[in-house]
Amino acid sequence: MNFDKELDARGLNCPLPILRCKKSLGELGAGQVLKIVATDPGAIKDFEAFAKQTGNELLSSAQAGGEFTFFMKKK
Amino acid sequence: MDQKKLAIIATKGTLDWAYPPFILASTAAALDYSVEIFFTFYGLQLVRKDLSVLKVSPLGNPGMPMKMPFGPKWFRGINWNMPNAIQAIIPGYESLATVLMKRTISNNGVATVHDLRAMCQEADVKFIACQMTVELFGFDHSNFIDGMEYAGAAAFFEFAGDSDICLYT
Repeated sequence: MNFDKELDARGLNCPLPILRCKKSLGELGAGQVLKIVATDPGAIKDFEAFAKQTGNELLSSAQAGGEFTFFMKKK
Repeated sequence: MDQKKLAIIATKGTLDWAYPPFILASTAAALDYSVEIFFTFYGLQLVRKDLSVLKVSPLGNPGMPMKMPFGPKWFRGINWNMPNAIQAIIPGYESLATVLMKRTISNNGVATVHDLRAMCQEADVKFIACQMTVELFGFDHSNFIDGMEYAGAAAFFEFAGDSDICLYT
């Protein structure tokens, strides 16, 4: 998937992945896509909840080898 | 949609209990909430310029796992429970527990209290210190970080009265 910016949140724990994501989205324009890679198992639910509450769109969420990859489209 | 509001009262002044108010406040701010934290009694320690006053005490806290943040896995798994009476007489036990807790925090990729607090401030979380307890405990405004407001219970209710979520931590 194409993306405009990548956020490496590996090794970070709650609530840092969400806080970094918010900050990174702030540097993007509407419609641009942020790729996030995290290792916090709580991140799956958290990114879903973040998207739902902020109106940014979670395009996909995938898990492979202990890493979670999300694509978030800025509102 | 109107912006949601979160009001938090922070009353505890230890390293472990510094986390709930700052984690919830920073996360709520990231979710576009307007957030205020009212620091009162021991919670005032969380807004000191010098955060080295924050310690953790395993004494009288049977829920606290006492595990070592280093060494091989089997060693890390051991729970070093110690009777209260023994904890109480070992000089420096609290400082040792604090050092180990800080190490565990950084091993787990958990933010420091200092960083979380800074992130709250960056996200415009409003910090209010209870003026009455500032005086009661003999503090001076110069003990606290910049950007604090000093007020009383009525000021808290002005914000909390129409908040969507109100927490006591």
